[in-house]
Amino acid sequence: MQFGTFSIGDVNANPVTGQPRTEQERLKDMAAIAVKAEEAGFDVFATGEHHNPPFVSSSPTTHLAYIAAKTSRIILSTSTTLITTNDPVKIAEDYAVLQHLADGRVDLMLGRGNTGPVYPWFGKDVRHGIPLAIENYALLHRLWREEYVDWEGRFRTPLQSFTSVPRPLDGIPPFVWHGSVRSPEIAEQAAYYGDGFFVNNLFMPKDHFRRLIGIYRERYAHYGHGSPEQAIVGAGGMIFVRKNSQDAVREYRPYFDNSPMAGHGPTMEEYMEQTPLIVGSPQQVIDKALTFREHYGDYQRQLFNIDTGGVPLKAVLETLDLLGEEVIPVLRKEFDALRPSHVPEAPTHASRLAERDATVTFVDADKEESK
Amino acid sequence: MSARQPQRLAVVSAGLSVPSSTRLLADRLTEAVRAELAGAGREVDVQVVELRDLAADIAKNFASGFPSPDLADAIESVTSADGLIAVTPVFTASYSGLFKSFFDVIDNDALTGKPVLAAATGGTARHSLALEHALRPLFAYLRAVVVPTAVYAASEDWGGHGDPLTDTLPTRIARAGRELAALMRDLPGGAARADDGTDVVPFAQQLAALRPE
Repeated sequence: MQFGTFSIGDVNANPVTGQPRTEQERLKDMAAIAVKAEEAGFDVFATGEHHNPPFVSSSPTTHLAYIAAKTSRIILSTSTTLITTNDPVKIAEDYAVLQHLADGRVDLMLGRGNTGPVYPWFGKDVRHGIPLAIENYALLHRLWREEYVDWEGRFRTPLQSFTSVPRPLDGIPPFVWHGSVRSPEIAEQAAYYGDGFFVNNLFMPKDHFRRLIGIYRERYAHYGHGSPEQAIVGAGGMIFVRKNSQDAVREYRPYFDNSPMAGHGPTMEEYMEQTPLIVGSPQQVIDKALTFREHYGDYQRQLFNIDTGGVPLKAVLETLDLLGEEVIPVLRKEFDALRPSHVPEAPTHASRLAERDATVTFVDADKEESK
Repeated sequence: MSARQPQRLAVVSAGLSVPSSTRLLADRLTEAVRAELAGAGREVDVQVVELRDLAADIAKNFASGFPSPDLADAIESVTSADGLIAVTPVFTASYSGLFKSFFDVIDNDALTGKPVLAAATGGTARHSLALEHALRPLFAYLRAVVVPTAVYAASEDWGGHGDPLTDTLPTRIARAGRELAALMRDLPGGAARADDGTDVVPFAQQLAALRPE
């Protein structure tokens, strides 16, 4: 089981003190969060991609490359990379460069984005959201697997004998997760390719996400990648933790109430009851995170969002420490004990490399025997 | 025929006072529909949604993007019904904001094809055309099937002068009830469920749709 933290990269002022943050502070804070996450025993750090204020996260691979240089173990990922408005050729190149520099510690999560105007800003039409996601990924998938690509599609200029460079590290493309908040088409896409499927698990009742995961698992099996329970599922979740739950609730409330996504609607308590939001003690986090497994089945990656809505760096780092000390070790043990042996871990560069080499060796051995 | 399931009729009332003339009109219309369906040998289960009780939940849905459990139940009872009676008071020359807000938080294809009886109440008859310039286009956008008679009840309609030429509310209620019942009576009943929007288009088909001509 992988645990990680993901940030959307908002530069909101601290709602308690009113203190604003500069863009540079926020970018460096996000790097500090990634470094702390690695120290605290997390497996993944992921950044969002946005192209409008109040966000700073417009260039994930630049940011992640900087973080790669400051870390040695943690997997660098995205939440999400916009497959609709980015050129798939540039995604292929950017993430391959990152993969080489980070020694394979890279995967990415593709999403369509949630900001309508981004489409026209990048010369696209929001009504093509799903078709863009499908066509662009079909091209990206080939660029990472075929050395010479001939391509003609509806949205991009054609390619003749194009080679995306650098080639993926060790010939193994970064693992891809497909993120979806509401589209069954994306669950179908993830299943078709045998890629991972990630539900952001934010601000919506769990039943909603369970339906999407159900579609993905069923279709994953339909396309012959394994049984439904072997499909690769990830979930997000918003979280704030303190030693005792009253402190967590008191300290987090102003950030929640001012959250650009959650604030001014249902109360924090209603969100905690109706959605995956967790604000409480380490034990409460453990108890609730275990219910995610009951809803979604054994899954491979849990990412927590901690820093949205102007939560100051210090509070984020404290939360990471507490999660690393008291929550993740317990959850790791529980999840691993509950997971049947035929359900795989999330793929990593190392595991996929080992798997490929094992397959190659097996083929060679076969040849030897037949001689 | 007698083995057919009871039909489900949802009634949305946006009246704010208790008791409310909007609810009163909704109840009269409900009875008219029930009587007509009974005449056709159909039973009907009625579920009333009082929007006042859901006012805060509806506002929260705008901020959160998802309904509370109570609001989700109300939406389900409306979207899964065989027929709908929707009644609003006229505020500021149109449906009330609460009435519109309720339909704003329902998926815009969830009422496609649904038989709807639209009605409104107001202090005077001067706003009766709000039914035609506001409610009917709202339901037309949602591709619901609105019966020809939309019923408006002004305060004066609740009294009467013993003159059949001016005391038309009961006549209009009966006519509207007949019209809605006529659209509902041959439906299978038991709230034939609309799909939940999770039908999957096979991926090969999604890809093929993108191939250049």
